[in-house]
Amino acid sequence: MKPRLLIPLILFLLLVIFLAVGLSRDPHEVPSPLIGKPAPTFEIVQLADPHKIFSPESMKGQVWMLNVWASWCVACREEHPLLMDFSKTKTLPIIGLDYKDQRPAAIQMLAREGNPYTFIAFDGDGHVGIDYGVYGVPETYIIDKAGVIRYKNIGPITPEILREKITPLIAELNQS
Amino acid sequence: MIPELGHYALILAFCIALVQGVLPLFGAQQGRREWLVLARPAAQTVFCLLVFAFGSLAWSFYVNDFSVLYVAEHSNTLLPTVYRLGAVWGGHEGSLLLWLLLLSTWTFLVAQLSKSLDEFMVARVIGVLGLVSSGLLLFVLATSNPFERLLPAAQEGRSLNPLLQDPGLVFHPPMLYMGYVGFSVAFAFAIASLLSNRLDAAWARWSRPWTTAAWIFLTLGIALGSWWAYYELGWGGWWFWDPVENASFIPWLVGTALLHSLAVTEKRGVFKSWTVLLAITAFSLSLLGTFLVRSGVLTSVHAFATDPKRGIFILIFLSLVVGSSLTLYAIRAPKRAMGAQFTLTARETMILLGNVFLVTSAASVLLGTLYPLLIDALNLGKISVGPPYFNAVFVPIMIPLLVLMGIGPWTSWKNTNLLSVLKRLWIAALLAVLAAVLIPVVMGEFTWLASLGFLLAFWIIGSGIQQVFRQFKTGKPTRSFIGMQFAHLGIAIFVIGVTMVGAYQEERDVKMSSGDTVSVGGYQIQMQGISAVAGPNYQATRGTFEVSRKGKLETILYPEKRNYVASTMPMTEAAINAGLTRDIYVSLGEALPDQSWAVRVYYKPFVDWIWGGCLLMAIGGIIAMSDKRYRTKLRAKYEA
Amino acid sequence: MKSLISILLLMFTCHGLKANEAAPLAEDPVVEQRLIGISEEMRCLVCQNESLAGSRSDLANDLRAQIRTMIKAGKSDAEIRQYMVDRYGDFVLYRPPVKPTTWLLWLGPFTILLIGILGLFAYLRKRNTSIDSKTLSDDENRRLDALLNNVEAEFKKDPRP
Repeated sequence: MKPRLLIPLILFLLLVIFLAVGLSRDPHEVPSPLIGKPAPTFEIVQLADPHKIFSPESMKGQVWMLNVWASWCVACREEHPLLMDFSKTKTLPIIGLDYKDQRPAAIQMLAREGNPYTFIAFDGDGHVGIDYGVYGVPETYIIDKAGVIRYKNIGPITPEILREKITPLIAELNQS
Repeated sequence: MIPELGHYALILAFCIALVQGVLPLFGAQQGRREWLVLARPAAQTVFCLLVFAFGSLAWSFYVNDFSVLYVAEHSNTLLPTVYRLGAVWGGHEGSLLLWLLLLSTWTFLVAQLSKSLDEFMVARVIGVLGLVSSGLLLFVLATSNPFERLLPAAQEGRSLNPLLQDPGLVFHPPMLYMGYVGFSVAFAFAIASLLSNRLDAAWARWSRPWTTAAWIFLTLGIALGSWWAYYELGWGGWWFWDPVENASFIPWLVGTALLHSLAVTEKRGVFKSWTVLLAITAFSLSLLGTFLVRSGVLTSVHAFATDPKRGIFILIFLSLVVGSSLTLYAIRAPKRAMGAQFTLTARETMILLGNVFLVTSAASVLLGTLYPLLIDALNLGKISVGPPYFNAVFVPIMIPLLVLMGIGPWTSWKNTNLLSVLKRLWIAALLAVLAAVLIPVVMGEFTWLASLGFLLAFWIIGSGIQQVFRQFKTGKPTRSFIGMQFAHLGIAIFVIGVTMVGAYQEERDVKMSSGDTVSVGGYQIQMQGISAVAGPNYQATRGTFEVSRKGKLETILYPEKRNYVASTMPMTEAAINAGLTRDIYVSLGEALPDQSWAVRVYYKPFVDWIWGGCLLMAIGGIIAMSDKRYRTKLRAKYEA
Repeated sequence: MKSLISILLLMFTCHGLKANEAAPLAEDPVVEQRLIGISEEMRCLVCQNESLAGSRSDLANDLRAQIRTMIKAGKSDAEIRQYMVDRYGDFVLYRPPVKPTTWLLWLGPFTILLIGILGLFAYLRKRNTSIDSKTLSDDENRRLDALLNNVEAEFKKDPRP
């Protein structure tokens, strides 16, 4: 048998392998190019008090979590109880970025569902969101003591992700 | 009750398809006639059962039986009756059932129209088709049962995506699937000939009309899809290099190569091995396309609701069918070249060269479509491959092919004096150059790309005209010849359409209130007013626009913005005034705060030549198919 | 006098009836053209089947506004592209950047074409030497062609057996 005749078969088998791997991937998910890069700076007002400013610089020296959310976002509401529980463990400060929201609606939601956030920055026009590559709330970032983004979670945080990815990472970052 | 009967029909069809697949193939292998003769009746039975199954699903839609889950998910009492028919194949399960129905139809036709074919061959061909059918039936029964019940029954269905409530929906998928699925016949013939170890020209002769028929349907199906997107999506695009579009285009490219290759194998007895490989590849690509659309592996606007379990099943099915075919090919394909000699300038070479261009373009589109998946699977990140890539890669590969199309039909078998052929074509060359220079001038702007488009199109047209003149001197042309002229002309017309629209279309995005006029392409479009209109299952805002040219009113257009009852997204229904030399296209955007409206108008010159060209190609195929060599009655008389 | 007034009236009413030329939707058509050119080659992150130019999602509107601002600020196309890639990765570009991971993509098609054409000619050359050439002489060929033509002509005249 001429070995050349096997080429179509070999190419096909390679293709099948890639397709099989592809079945376990999500083609919609857009990974962040910011991982390993310093968290983009910003200075915006806080939700509760429009006269107070929040900036990520103020968090240097700590490991912290930035959670992008909005009162109009249904999936954020799913994630909220988990964030509430997590905030009670006082593992690390959770900073909220209220994305393209209305102040009254946001305040009302927190009053109703609880407030897990140490601070909440109010990103009314979404510019900070763009700088962070936000494309669908909720999204969550873990930022280390030097202000470098170490992890991004797209979509609501699930207990599995919290347990298997986020908590170990926080522990690791805290040790350095 | 009826859905259950439909379900039982599917189960029964699976069992019989299994019989149809296994016994005739073993029978042919071992020479057992009693198994061979099961092929035809099995195929006929499966066909009847699938007609019944499909009919019962269609019935459930017709009577709005929302106790069937699939009907509840894809229909609604407010849905007009004709769109309820289209809704049958609007989702994954129903469209798969359509796939199966059409596969059994092709099989049935092969069973009926192959009376003069050797019974071992018939048994093998029907057997292979039976195996494919049973695999798909198993898939449907295991993971995609359209007859699953919803209990308690829903009061009202979820309804169809408003984008799909369109006459185009009723025709596009069946046409497309007829083509896609039709390549299974050429595939079955190829496998049958490999199994019988008899790779003679008769196989090619038998495959040709079936392949041509499938190709015609696929051409029309793709053209319909493109045209539908153009008038339905509201922004005038006609091709997006979307993964699912590519999934139908790649088999078309390979199918075209196969068509030409089969012609040579039949006439000259050469390229048998290559043609067999093409036949296997064309259908494999159809199956691959089916996988891509339903597995969730690629992002596409056309993709059906995804489910990894289904993806795995189709992948296994695909691997088995294609893997075993390519293995059989590696073992049984002829080792040595057979048939007569021919030189580097012979028609055989020209057609093979054309094949190279077609297959390369198919491979390139496939590469671009799958590349994001490849990179992701290797953990190298996520990229997108979109129209800029495909245009940059596809067009340059097609250019030499278009040039070849003008030369190829002039070459003779075995050997050609290429120089004398090229010298004769000076007329076509002159016509091409004139068109390349004059048309851009007439249209008002010269670009190299537009000029190239006209050069190539008129080169083909010129060569065709010369061919026709020569043919009339030598005698009455055959239908094969006429078919080829139509098909090649269709390509030229297509290229003219694409070039004209690409280079000379005009677009205006304006704010309009009553009385405002916008000018585009020499036409004045004046907004007369906005009114509210109610449809069977939507509320719409309709604009009235008068289209005039040089002061004379040509037509009135009524674009709409519709809010469907069962959907939150507003739909844009563009209004189009279609003409032989241009389309005027008006699309309503959003209402603006100052009581005016955002309106988009297009002047698209010769855009209908794009689909007109495809229609000509299909007509060419039909004429070629009706060549007296394929008329079975005639052949029966001759062979009696 | 009456006719003069009527003529003047006619002129004015005609002018009033002459419809207003619709204003372009965009503030600055030149900037808009550049925006369309750039955003057509970008992917909307939310409606991933649409280009950034065509999508009407919130994020797409925001990003287009951002690009418009950058164009007005004098940024080049390359800088704007880099801005988007910095935030969203290569995924946002419909024209894949040429880098080692995409060499196969960009070079693939022409490599395949080259292999195809070279392979074809190598095959043809080998074929012509390996086939058992029991070719007929020119004279025999001519006689054969004449015979075949006769048969074809006969068939065309009367296809019945």
